[in-house]
Amino acid sequence: MTVPTPIPALARARGAVVILVVLALVTAACAKKQPPIARPTPPPVTASAGSDSATTARPPAPPEPVRETPPPAEPTLTDEGNLGSRSLDDLNRESPFQAVFFALDADTIDAAGQAVLSANAEIMKRYASWVVTVEGHCDERGTAEYNLALGERRALAARNYLVSLGIPGERLRTVSYGKEFPFDPGKTDEAYARNRRAHFVVTAK
Amino acid sequence: MPIPSYRLAPVVAAMAAFVALATTSPLGQQPPPTPQQPSELELTISGEPGTPPKFAVPDFVALSGDAETQAAARAIGAVLWDDLQFEREFYMIPRDTYGSIPSAKSFQEVPFDRWLELGADGVIIGFVQRTGTGVTVQVRVFNVRTRTSVFAKEYSGAASNPRLYAHTVADEVHQQQRGLRGVARTKLTFSSDRDGERAAGGVPNRNVKEIYVADYDGANQRRVTVTKALNIFPVWSSDGRALAYTSYRRNNSPDIYISSIYQGTPPETPLKGRGQNWLSSWSPDGTRIAFTSNRDGNAELYVMNRDGSNVRRLTNHPSIDTTPTWSPGGNEIAFTSDRSGRPQIYLIPADGGVAPRRISNESWADRATWAPAPYNEIAYSALIGSTNNIRIYDVASGERRQITFGEGSNESPVFSPNGRHIAFMSTRRGRSHIFTIGRDGKNLRQITTSGNNYTPDWSR
Repeated sequence: MTVPTPIPALARARGAVVILVVLALVTAACAKKQPPIARPTPPPVTASAGSDSATTARPPAPPEPVRETPPPAEPTLTDEGNLGSRSLDDLNRESPFQAVFFALDADTIDAAGQAVLSANAEIMKRYASWVVTVEGHCDERGTAEYNLALGERRALAARNYLVSLGIPGERLRTVSYGKEFPFDPGKTDEAYARNRRAHFVVTAK
Repeated sequence: MPIPSYRLAPVVAAMAAFVALATTSPLGQQPPPTPQQPSELELTISGEPGTPPKFAVPDFVALSGDAETQAAARAIGAVLWDDLQFEREFYMIPRDTYGSIPSAKSFQEVPFDRWLELGADGVIIGFVQRTGTGVTVQVRVFNVRTRTSVFAKEYSGAASNPRLYAHTVADEVHQQQRGLRGVARTKLTFSSDRDGERAAGGVPNRNVKEIYVADYDGANQRRVTVTKALNIFPVWSSDGRALAYTSYRRNNSPDIYISSIYQGTPPETPLKGRGQNWLSSWSPDGTRIAFTSNRDGNAELYVMNRDGSNVRRLTNHPSIDTTPTWSPGGNEIAFTSDRSGRPQIYLIPADGGVAPRRISNESWADRATWAPAPYNEIAYSALIGSTNNIRIYDVASGERRQITFGEGSNESPVFSPNGRHIAFMSTRRGRSHIFTIGRDGKNLRQITTSGNNYTPDWSR
């Protein structure tokens, strides 16, 4: 629903990456003496499709085509020391946590979701002082009002699973944003699948 | 004469006091009307049998030469025509068809022959004169055939918001001529991301939403909240002086806030952050607020007094119960529950105690709104085909009708205080915008034009 012009949104999300892409376009375009294309291609949709794509949809990771020229400064998940020293805003801008995805109008955590939550739990165990907010989100097709409660149910489901993996409940809070903060503003099944998610935000460290 | 009550506020136009002055109609000076009608009917202008009366509203005449007065005169005529057109009680003759008819020089010199030739049954003539710091607006409605004045009023006030004079005249003309409560002075509220501000916290791509108010026709759009947080689901208090809404401004946790928007005081938080609370709905008498909370483990309905006291639970079910709305009498609440598997609309007494009764049968239904008397109807948004559409349920007959048909997603309906219109959100023109539409599905008007806009409510 929220469809801001993709350029600032992308630039903010992946500044360095976008610059590289634009530079490449500019170079190519210059040869043909045409103005550069101002709009980079949108992030690609990974192989999955359909409402079941939730099980295979990728978390908000850097998009595929720019992998060849990754920004050199980007930290990796195994860069433990760096993670611990980063500010909350930096941590949440490029989160070490992966999102859990849900099927339409559902709050069930499938096998893929369980694997993601296990990985997230490991990170929380490694950084034992972190307090994490589990956010529940929905795609735009449902109504805004009901979706706020649906998102809450998704957040609770993810939180309860993390507790079952041994994360103390007091380190986990939940909040629902319904369909207010879509990750992908697109109007495709793939975009919807990426928006039906539990997202993890570090709120204290 | 009643003095119209006006809402003065820092956030909404600084309107100076605006007082209806002497309105003694000098009808006595007019020749007596043609005598075949009983005297009570003399003041009502009728059209040809079976057709609505045809009305014309030429530009009001500025009696002072300054630019502000002249602009006010032009604006009042145009807005008044628009206000009268909105209710569709009159056939409003298009204004561009009578540009050649000379302006009235006074109420005694109206070119009735020309108005008769145009086919008008009624014509509204007005004069605007600068007086000290403001203006005086004189208005008369004439029966073109009898050449008599059936409505005569004079208003004094500031010149800064001429639309308000037009809205006042429209409401009074609707009341006098048609016995209809007009909505020209009502307001809308909604949330919008139009300012493009980003939420704090580092997570990318998050536009906050703030609360806005606007006149019923979309004019005078003003921002109310300045929090750089998510502010959603605003609803008017019954007296139109406060808004309750859901905000995430504190700890990124939803709670109910009440802003007295004309006082400049900090918002109240009646629930003070106890539990997560959202989707407030004000009772018709303004004393209570229904809302959704997860304080007992999952989304349930609660009712509290306006000051946050006497919180009591209305529903108790492991499924989601949310989106409450009051019946016009305050004795019933419609809400959304997925206890049947998918979200559906249910009715329950406002005191609870009785099993909810389901009234919707679509695959997804949400955000009920209850029309005031004489319409005993509930509108809601339902998934029909592949998009959300507005349906209206007749409570007495159980019949359902639809007023949108797949033009984008159509959500969050709310009735106007006279029950004749619905404001709602639609994506039919690309982004999310607020529209109004007649309860018959006609007379669509777009209210917002910038940003994305959501969940309107209409002041009483």
